[in-house]
Amino acid sequence: MIKKESYIGKSVKRKDGPEKVTGSAKYVGDLKFGSMLYAKILRSKYAHAKIIRIDTSKAEKLPGVKAVVTGKDFPQRMGLYLLDRTPYAVDKVRYYGEPVAGVAAVSEEIAQKAIELIEVEYEELPAVLDPREGMKEGAPLIHPDLKNYEHVPAIYPKPDTNISNHFKIRKGNVEEGFAKSDYIFEGEYYVPQIQHTPIETHTAIVMCDSTGKFTIWSSNQSPNAVRKILSHSLKIPMTKIRVLGPYCGGGFGAKAGVNIEAPLIPLALKLRNKPIKYVTTREEEFRDTFVRQGMYAKIKTGVTKEGRIVAQELEMVWDAGAYNEYGVNITRAAGYSSAGVYDIPYMKTDSYCVYTNKPNGGPLRGFGMSEMHWAIEQHMDMIAHKLGMDPIEFRLKNIQRDGSTNATGQVLKDVGIEKCILRAKELIGWEEIKGEPKPELSSGKVRAKGLACMIKAPAMPNNAASSAIVKFNDDGTVALLITAQEIGQGAFTALAQICAEELGVPEDWIKVSQPDTDYTAYEWQTVASRITYSAGNAVIRAARDAKRQLLEMGAKHFGVPLEELDVYDGYVYVVADPARKIAVKDIALGLTLPDGSGWGGPVIGKGVFIPEGVVSFDKETGQSPKGVSHWTYGVQAVDIEVDVDTGKIDVKKVVAVYDIGKVINPDLAKAQTEGGIIQGLSTALFEEMKFDEKGKLLNPSFVDYKIATAAELPEMIIDFIETPLEDGPYGARGFGEHVMVPTAPAIANALYNALGIRINTLPLTAEKVRKAIKEKYGI
Amino acid sequence: MISVRFKVNNEWVELLVHPHHRLIDILREELDLTGAKEGCGGGECGSCTVIMNGQPVNACLVLAPEVDGAEILTVEGLSKDEELDIVQEAFIDEGALQCGYCTPGMIMSAKALLMRNPNPTREEVIEAISGNLCRCTGYIRIVNAVLKAAQKARV
Ligand code: FES
Ligand code: FES
Repeated sequence: MIKKESYIGKSVKRKDGPEKVTGSAKYVGDLKFGSMLYAKILRSKYAHAKIIRIDTSKAEKLPGVKAVVTGKDFPQRMGLYLLDRTPYAVDKVRYYGEPVAGVAAVSEEIAQKAIELIEVEYEELPAVLDPREGMKEGAPLIHPDLKNYEHVPAIYPKPDTNISNHFKIRKGNVEEGFAKSDYIFEGEYYVPQIQHTPIETHTAIVMCDSTGKFTIWSSNQSPNAVRKILSHSLKIPMTKIRVLGPYCGGGFGAKAGVNIEAPLIPLALKLRNKPIKYVTTREEEFRDTFVRQGMYAKIKTGVTKEGRIVAQELEMVWDAGAYNEYGVNITRAAGYSSAGVYDIPYMKTDSYCVYTNKPNGGPLRGFGMSEMHWAIEQHMDMIAHKLGMDPIEFRLKNIQRDGSTNATGQVLKDVGIEKCILRAKELIGWEEIKGEPKPELSSGKVRAKGLACMIKAPAMPNNAASSAIVKFNDDGTVALLITAQEIGQGAFTALAQICAEELGVPEDWIKVSQPDTDYTAYEWQTVASRITYSAGNAVIRAARDAKRQLLEMGAKHFGVPLEELDVYDGYVYVVADPARKIAVKDIALGLTLPDGSGWGGPVIGKGVFIPEGVVSFDKETGQSPKGVSHWTYGVQAVDIEVDVDTGKIDVKKVVAVYDIGKVINPDLAKAQTEGGIIQGLSTALFEEMKFDEKGKLLNPSFVDYKIATAAELPEMIIDFIETPLEDGPYGARGFGEHVMVPTAPAIANALYNALGIRINTLPLTAEKVRKAIKEKYGI
Repeated sequence: MISVRFKVNNEWVELLVHPHHRLIDILREELDLTGAKEGCGGGECGSCTVIMNGQPVNACLVLAPEVDGAEILTVEGLSKDEELDIVQEAFIDEGALQCGYCTPGMIMSAKALLMRNPNPTREEVIEAISGNLCRCTGYIRIVNAVLKAAQKARV
């Protein structure tokens, strides 16, 4: 017998490591082509205004300028879920920073000069900056044509309002639930818009050749979605659009769907055979790429004397910005996840996606979950305190377990949240908390612990598909063709491990392709923490298909039945007699029979995956027996120290425990968690996009918009629970975004446990904390 | 246009450049050394960090005239053929990178630290890389990698 070593559950080193540490890894900004042109974009200086006149004549005359375009050159609307967005503003601008005109020139400097020569006359319109105002009757309409916009069936825009989607949960009659409750607790919570700030800003190169074929190099998470959306709006077949994805310098959702590729399209149409490059400046990145939506939450919860939650009414109003093509689905995801990790018999949720004259809301790591859990998880702690119960004890009474139903009425199984909570409790060294905190202020520092839970499902269309192709080189090494993007999460490594495991070849024989929509196998998008789960399943199937073909070759070669053979370490061998073996390289491209003739042909394996049995939510009630492919649960507990004099929160320790099913690569999973904790901590303490009363962003730089640095590093303790997922690869669940979701509410809960102050708006800045201390204690 | 002559990765180069061009433009556009990345253009992110005359600098803040006569080391100059520098190796071993965009800058900040202080404390490492932003890794593995590289260099 051959003793096989498994790649699954092994911390294989990142495949992209050597390229990335040597500077060999190429990002779009590193690419250069002969006769390349450079684009710059003129952006709106108003949040909401009519465009009266644009005069581009001076810019056009500037030597070195090759083309100037405006909204009328390409007025087609595009978008992922709701087609509401044009590459350049048409007739009116809807946010400060919106593209108004584009220039392509022989150098960036000349393009920039040309931009400054374009004259635009605006007539300012009243702007909607607060979605709660925007959803009121009589508010200025940002998209008067909303009723005519194309959209997917799963979203519900309200014509003649600023509401681009209204997702509802009606689980039982919530009033009945409140009637059965002993206490009612109400709370309001708010998160501001924040920025992803990938360190690589959005960058793309677009070229249209003389046959009308587009080639697009883009730092993007969604090559196939880019192709689909552009082909729809350009009305050309997909064979005429090729999207390539070199390494992507961080996405976090900002690079999902179509982004800055779009404004380059009308320029490329005018300038055939010229690759046009556009590198977003950091300031533009802040103003004009996706942001995490702001959100106002109102929760009302009915609870029994014993501390059992009976009913929850939740209203979420999303500050979704000027174009909601993607944001509509975030609103939906928060709606169907709105029970959080709790088993709540009666529920009513209204999640409203609302247009505002602000930057475009889009996916940001967590896809609505960070925002929603900021509200729910603080609210749960607040209730526990009011009931005089320990926050963990209260949670354990109310969490989902096997057989519980969630917001959508789905009966749950394989629920691992209890294990996560208990493990986190142990790792942080939780001491029971009952009653109001009584801080010792005299020492100037107060220390406390806090905890928050989270839940998340991949938010994607029911039929979001993955596929993979496995083929061999002459030397037996393997090309794995997929269109998943390596955005830093380690997809290439995890998928190579899976491929090697199934094929029976060494992991370092696998070369994972970068996306090239002309040649690599279809992938919906690299979003939703779905790649290991969905593409992983496709890779398993592709590798098994290829292996079966190798075994067929082996069976012919050895003259034994296929069932008696296996593949390991690059050899096909007879299981009963492992000395009888043949190298994969000698058969992968076809077999040579003893008489010298050929047989078979190159082995090519294919595999596909769609999560099965995902059923659409009912429009009126949001109910579905299985509305999402699966759920991933997790918990974070923090230990913080608050400086009473300055209000500064110092996060000393973070414990994170997630039930991610089978851990494919423990090191990569841990690394994801560490990064997410710091991103979560950063949003908790520092991050907020600040606007003036006219809707102009005031802090579009790293000086004024601080993100966490190495100086903020807490101690991190990370652990995983492995409750297998039925249709996950080896039982793996989707994981990645989850890690930043509970950090902020855990810190807020710790702040309450420290000082008895609850700050319901992000971020928890030193000023806010200091002010709250002063209000409460008068010092 | 001005003429600048400087040493980059141990080779002298002489170029005609605009005086307002920045070191990062010279490296990336003129010399095709695209390892150093631009993340902000304003000295705020550190992704363009290279070593100039033994000191880490933000290549986006150094103008062409200052480069004349200087000695520049970029990430491309760290490895010889496929043999990696100790810092590069440590980044791989510790898994101290994800998207990789901040990585060349991080590595050069770390390298500069070890050049002037082969024996840094954890705090000194944190201090040395606190001008380099990373949105992916949460920094911990980077700090560990630099400490590991220092330790390896000692034995
Ligand atoms: S690009 Fe030089 S510091 Fe950011
Ligand atoms: S690895 Fe992505 S920014 Fe550092």
